[in-house]
Amino acid sequence: MRLSAEQLAWSVHGTSLLTDVNLTVEPGQTFGLVGPNGSGKTSLLRLLAGLNKPKAGRVLIDHQPMHTLKQRAIAQSIALVEQQADTTDRITVRQVVSLGRTPFLSALRPWSKEDDAIVIQALRDVDMVHMTDRLWHTLSGGERQRVHIARALAQQPKILLLDEPTNHLDIRHQLSILELVRQLPITVMISLHDLNHAMECDRIGVMDGGRLIDSGLPQEVLTAARLRQTFGVHAHVVDDPVDGKQIMRFRNSV
Amino acid sequence: MSIALTRPTASRLGLRWLWVTPLVLVTALIAGTAIGETPIPVDTILKVLANQLLGADYAVDRIDAGIIWNYRLSRAVVAACCGTSLALAGVVLQALLRNPLADPYLMGISAGASTGAVAVAVAGLGAGALSLSLGAFVGALLAFGIVVMLAHAANSGVGGGRGVQAAGAIILAGIAGSQLFNALTAFIITKSASAEQARGIMFWLMGNLSGVRWADVSLAVPAALFGLLVCLWHRRSLDAFTFGVDSAASMGIAVRPVRGMLIIAMALVTAVMVSIVGAIGFVGLVIPHAMRFIVGSRHTRLVPATALAGAVFLIGSDILSRVLVSGQVLPIGVITSLIGAPAFALILVRGKRS
Repeated sequence: MRLSAEQLAWSVHGTSLLTDVNLTVEPGQTFGLVGPNGSGKTSLLRLLAGLNKPKAGRVLIDHQPMHTLKQRAIAQSIALVEQQADTTDRITVRQVVSLGRTPFLSALRPWSKEDDAIVIQALRDVDMVHMTDRLWHTLSGGERQRVHIARALAQQPKILLLDEPTNHLDIRHQLSILELVRQLPITVMISLHDLNHAMECDRIGVMDGGRLIDSGLPQEVLTAARLRQTFGVHAHVVDDPVDGKQIMRFRNSV
Repeated sequence: MSIALTRPTASRLGLRWLWVTPLVLVTALIAGTAIGETPIPVDTILKVLANQLLGADYAVDRIDAGIIWNYRLSRAVVAACCGTSLALAGVVLQALLRNPLADPYLMGISAGASTGAVAVAVAGLGAGALSLSLGAFVGALLAFGIVVMLAHAANSGVGGGRGVQAAGAIILAGIAGSQLFNALTAFIITKSASAEQARGIMFWLMGNLSGVRWADVSLAVPAALFGLLVCLWHRRSLDAFTFGVDSAASMGIAVRPVRGMLIIAMALVTAVMVSIVGAIGFVGLVIPHAMRFIVGSRHTRLVPATALAGAVFLIGSDILSRVLVSGQVLPIGVITSLIGAPAFALILVRGKRS
């Protein structure tokens, strides 16, 4: 599915957090969202997920305005992995991932074997299937994050939004989650702090001060000038002798 | 949390135990009818039931029949309805507010309902057009609205703190709300009630099943069933709030309408119960937590388990209130608070540790 934003704006208590954001993510693309802290990445993802109503502009899912859709219909297409979501309930990993089936269940459509299969597949995708019956409060931060991603995958979304999903993850699982996300045949928007990870996306957008100041192919967007101007760092590019890909090193600009 | 790890997972239990619910409920109702100042044998109760319900013609003592049918059975049925409703209101409030201490009594809903009922009964508010239940409902909604607004204001004051701060704020707001409405109730009673009226109302306010008759049953049973059906219908929505409001919304729950509807339904059910038996504390707190410990926190199991346990708990408390001091009936609120307050302390301490 295609996801687009038209002149989106959002503010809280008179403080403007997003201004005039226009973007389109083509079906199947992985779109990386980068920007300094407080640049509006989370606010943008929340509007795109339908959690907040924009103060101006609109969100389109395959050319259909989001505000014409019911919350349930939105959730059948879009899944969101929030940055922090915790619970004090005594609940198992399987039960958490099962919550992802909520938008498809009703009094007339009860839980089925198919739902079980979807839940197990989602757990397999994030390498958590061996912890299916563990209790939530016994998991580490990284394990919880992976369970949240599995919960979103169990929604079988056509569009997946992830807010800094690699936080708390060890390096191996950072790489495997990014690999998984890239391989999914669905539209993905992912906010990232690691700019080298962002280089692996199909396209990236740079947020600063609530505006989308640039978007395009990673190597065209993440230039030395852009990094100095937006992130306040000096970067230089090194070639990786193993696969010939480019990696960036950063130093504080003095 | 070693206890949590060693206990069997609730999911293994399935829903097979559901068929025993009617059995347990009927047993509790019969116990509630049999036990009291005058113990009545079970076969006498069954004979009276057969006479009344099936048109049978067993020979029974007229006085026994009167006690059973007009006094004890109606009382036990209302106790069951009341226990179910208050416990379910606790489940819903705890799920929606993500707060283990949420309960209709602590959140000021019961206090507001009392004020509303007293205003109608004593001060003659609405000049007879308003029934006790309706007055209680308006009071309950008003109190809950004030408590939520106060909690909201307190939270935005400290910078929109979600989680721990929000949990604390709503409980403090509940205390303030309860105090305010209890004061209003006392004011109305002092200003408008006669001395004898005042004594009766004070007794009712602490939770009292003594005046219950069949007319009350016809109000309590539909209200309790309505509460149960609403909770069962929305069991998946209640589950979806596990990780908070945003997570529920991202999983397709229309948060505002669903939350509003559930809270209004629970305020209505609580108000009906308060207008019949007064404010009974701690049922909504103790029962849901005990049931979560036994059947887990998924609402498909938690809702029926809580409904049953609430009913049995209140029938049991009513029996205790009648036999604990011989020759006297304690207000049932005294019993539930004696059990509930220590349980409340336990939840506080356990919550602190985790």
